[in-house]
Order: sequence, then C-alpha cells, then structure tokens
Amino acid sequence: MTLLLALITGLFYAAGIYLILRRSLVKVIFGLMFLGHAANMLIFSTGRLTKGAPAFVPKGAQALVEPFADPLPQALILTAIVIGFGLQAFAIVLFRRSFEELGTDDIDAMRSTDRIEQVGGGDA
Amino acid sequence: MKLLVAMPILLPLFAALAMLPFRERPAVQRWLALASSVAQAIVAALLLAQVYAGGVLALQAGGWAAPFGITLVADLLSAVMVAAAALIGLTTSIYSLGSIDHERERFFFHPLMQLMLVGINGAFLTGDLFNLYVWFEVMLISSFVLLALGGTPRQLEGSVKYVTINLFSSAIFLSAVGILYGVAGTLNMADLSARLPAIEQRNLLSVVAVLLLVTFGVKAAIFPLFFWLPASYHTPPVAVSAIFAGLLTKVGVYAIMRVFTTVFTGAESEAIFRILLWVAPLTMIVGVLGAAAQYDLRKLLSFHIVSQIGYMLFAIAIQSPLAIAGGLFYIVHNIVAKTSLFYISGIIREKSGAFDLKKIGGLYSTEPLLAALFLVSALALAGIPPLSGFWAKLMVIRAGLESGHSFVTGAALLVSLLTLFSMTKIWNEAFWKDDPGVAKVTGAALTDGRMAMLYLPVALLCGVILFFGLSFEPVYELSARTAAQLLDVGSYRNAVLRGGGS
Repeated sequence: MTLLLALITGLFYAAGIYLILRRSLVKVIFGLMFLGHAANMLIFSTGRLTKGAPAFVPKGAQALVEPFADPLPQALILTAIVIGFGLQAFAIVLFRRSFEELGTDDIDAMRSTDRIEQVGGGDA
Repeated sequence: MKLLVAMPILLPLFAALAMLPFRERPAVQRWLALASSVAQAIVAALLLAQVYAGGVLALQAGGWAAPFGITLVADLLSAVMVAAAALIGLTTSIYSLGSIDHERERFFFHPLMQLMLVGINGAFLTGDLFNLYVWFEVMLISSFVLLALGGTPRQLEGSVKYVTINLFSSAIFLSAVGILYGVAGTLNMADLSARLPAIEQRNLLSVVAVLLLVTFGVKAAIFPLFFWLPASYHTPPVAVSAIFAGLLTKVGVYAIMRVFTTVFTGAESEAIFRILLWVAPLTMIVGVLGAAAQYDLRKLLSFHIVSQIGYMLFAIAIQSPLAIAGGLFYIVHNIVAKTSLFYISGIIREKSGAFDLKKIGGLYSTEPLLAALFLVSALALAGIPPLSGFWAKLMVIRAGLESGHSFVTGAALLVSLLTLFSMTKIWNEAFWKDDPGVAKVTGAALTDGRMAMLYLPVALLCGVILFFGLSFEPVYELSARTAAQLLDVGSYRNAVLRGGGS
C-alpha cells in the first residue's frame, strides 16, 4: 500500500513537472493539476496509513488504540483539494481567455511583457 | 482584548461581503472600502500599541488549546507588518477612488482588494504553517483576479506567468508542509520550534527548509526566482500594481524571517542563511542592473523591487539584533517608498499620457509639487539622508560590517549608488529634460477632485517617509524591540502554548 502510494506520488510529480515545461497552455494546466495532487498524495502518505482502522475512540475508552490512521493529514488534504480546485478553475478560465485574446496557446509567443520596451510600446 | 488579534482579518472580510450586493452601485462600494480601510488602520494601531505594551498576544480560535486548534498570534513583528499593510490599504483605497474605472468597479474591484488584505493580514498573524498556506492562497487568488481584471492582452500575458509560477510554488509549499508534518507531527509554529531540536531525521528537516525557502523565495522574488515579477507587475492599473509592489513581495520576506528565526532555529537555519548570503547580493545586483536597461517607468520600478529585496535578505542572513532591526525597518520603509513611487508613476501617466520615459518630459516646470514628492520618495529609496532609506541602509550596512561580511556590504553600497543612478535617470527623463512633444494619448482630463485623490496618498506616504527620517529615535526603539522579541523565541512559544499572552 505504502509502496503503491509512493510510486503514484512520484509519477504525479514527474508528470506534473514534465507537463509544466511544455509550451502549450493546456498542458501547463494539466501539469499544475498533477502537481497539486502529487502534494496531496505526499501528505496522505505521511499520515500513518492503516487499513480498516479509522480514528474513532472506541466505546468506553479514553484514547485511541493503536494502530490508527492520523486524521489530520486527511483534513489538510481536504482543505488543499478545495483550494486547489478553486485555483485550477480560475486558471482554466484565465488560460482560455488568454488564448482568445492573444490568439495563441504557445507560452513562448507571450513575450511582450518581458522585452525591453522600444519607443512606441509601454502603455497599458 | 484578545479578539483584537482577529480584527485585521475579520474587518476586511466583512467589508468585502457587505459590498457584494452593490454591484451596480460603485459609490456604496467605494465608501465601504474607505470606511473599512480607516477602521483597519485604527485596529492596526491599537494592536501595535497593545503588543508593544503587553507582549505577545495569542488567540486560540474556538477555545481549542494551542497545538490542536487554529492559532492567531501577534508579536511585534506581526503587528508592525499589519500596521504597514493597513497604511498601504488605506492609501490604495483613496488612490483607487481617483483612478479605477467604473467597469472594474462593477467587476468587484473593491471587494477583491479587501479580500487580498484578508489574506495578507492572515499571513502576518497566523501561528500555524498550514494556515500560512491557506492565507497565502486567499491572498493569491484575489491578486490573480486583480491582476487579470480588465482583460487587456498585456494583463493576460502577465497573469499567465504570475498564476503559473504561484501555483507551482504553492504545490512545493504544500509538499514541504506534508513532509514537515510527517517528521514532526505538528504544524503549529510555536510547537514546532519546541519540538524540532529533538527530531532525529535532520536531513529531512534540511529538505523542508530548502523547499520552504524556494516557496517563499518565489513569493519574495529572490535572485533566481524573480523573473515573473517584472513580467507581470507593470500590466494592471496603477492602484493594483502599487499595492502589489508594496505589500505582496514583503509577505514572502516576512515568511522567510518568521520561519527561519522562529520555527527553525538550529543547523537548518544556519544553512539557509549561508545560502542567503549568496542570494542577497545577487538579488541586489541583478535587480538594479535589470532596472538600468529599462525605459518603461513601471518596469524600471519593478526591477527595483527585486533589488531592494536583496537588502532585506542580507539583514535576515546576518541575524544579529541590529541586522534584524535594520531589516525590519528596511521592509517598512520600502513598503512605503515603493508604493509611493508607483502612485507617482500613475500621476505621471495621467499628466503626460505615457509610462515610457522617452515620451515624457518637462514635468518639473508644469508639476513642481509632483517633482518634490518624487524627489522625497526616490531619494528615500536610494538612501539619501535624512530620509527613511538612509537609516535603514545604515543599520543594515553597519550590521554587515560588524559581522564581517565585507563583500556583501560592498555590494550593498555599490547597489545603492546604482539605485541613485536610475532614480536620477527617471528625474532627468521625466522631469528635467524638455517635453519631447511626442503625440500624447491622454484620456479625458481629470477633475480636480479626482486629481486630489491621486495626490493625497502620495503626500501621506511622503509624510511618513519624512517622519521616519527626521524623528528616527522612536522608530529605532520600536525596531530594536521587535528584533529582540523575534530572536527571543521563548516568549513567542510561551504566549502560544500556555494559552497566554499577558
């Protein structure tokens, strides 16, 4: 189980970074999603994973009995998923609008804000 | 009184919510924004006074004791930063009265500005690393929208870069937080500072430290991670780029300062400071040289943000009480001076129709007041006595000499000179030389009332610069006490973990 998680986490990081380095906006957005999920999986696997042992205090007991899964990382991931979802939704809309407005989805073509201004440019 | 700690977050949040129904009535939004900013300034002043008199103030949300609940902490560093944010929030809400068009107001410009302040204040006040991540995201999503609002092609291009790099750094931040939780079992900063010295897996901690440095470094625009900043900050309207320039990068600097003095105290911090001693001079030099090549006013100023971050990093890396005090004063001074310069660039645009230095000129004879205000801000940034920047630089450079980092100190002095050079360039091009008479694209002439709204914030900030410069005693007193408190992690830890804060 832990090995599987580790493999998936690594795969997500690799895929995420690979896709971000592509020039197309669509691939960049997929890359950002993969990276977000990779981070979530990483937190998940730090949370002492156990099978069939939820973090409930049994009836009559005062504290949790070992082994139990740490619930906090799952709460953290839940928050991170919500935030990540919002940001990704915004990024998708922004990238789509940029594509419409600029007429290209090639990031290398979006250089006008990087250049040293010549006379004639420079006014927003 | 403990609720005071939450007020800088709650006030702008409620103000933003209250504005939402008034989409078609910008006047209501404007007044609410102004009222909220004034209230925030009052609350920030009260908070600073309270923390100055009574020590670290901690609020445990919902009454859950420290390592388990959500903690808000205000020590002097947080309180000073909140006060600076309130000042910039106030001036920006005045400035936007005169400069933001109705279309942007209809698309919730004012509530977004308030929400960004929620995130900024939250990041300053939180006592928990995961919440720091959450507040960063609150701040970022509002800044994304503010940057793209209006949707001109240049803005969209800038936003694509800004959004991508920030989402990337958020993923790194989240990974670092995950590893840290796996290692230490807690994310409360006070609790972490108590537990980290006993942790066995030092190499994992080093990994976390470096990951955090990269994340905050992207936000603060430190040396190899700054390219997004000059590509995006000059694209939105001036009110937006001014508040970005003043506040957003400093949130990253604040996080570096907080995490590597309060949370990490041992060998990991030492290693980070050794890295920073290399990064700081490179940040200064590359930033100022980038600025030297630019003729677009706002791009020039954007590169200077990067350059100035180097001084703050240098101060953090030295870690002597004098250096921290100087660094803190430098941050506040830079927030004020930089925002003021961006406001001035907006007024220049209104008066002459361009941001391009080659197209404008002769403003000295037509706008003597503007010229005077520019001189105050620009000379403060370059560090000319008796303005605020002089004292800030003096403290940092003196601390650098005392700790024996003569190479970096030399670089800092050289960069000061180059800063003066590029400020002189703006002065010569925009104010001194004759108007080149290139065809102007001035919009509708501004009424006197709106013009006053543009001048008032600049005058206010220049007043602050002069005050810092001329009555340095109390300001030094405050920054020295802040530095002493920041380096004394025990008092922070006690206030949070004992449910206290006397």
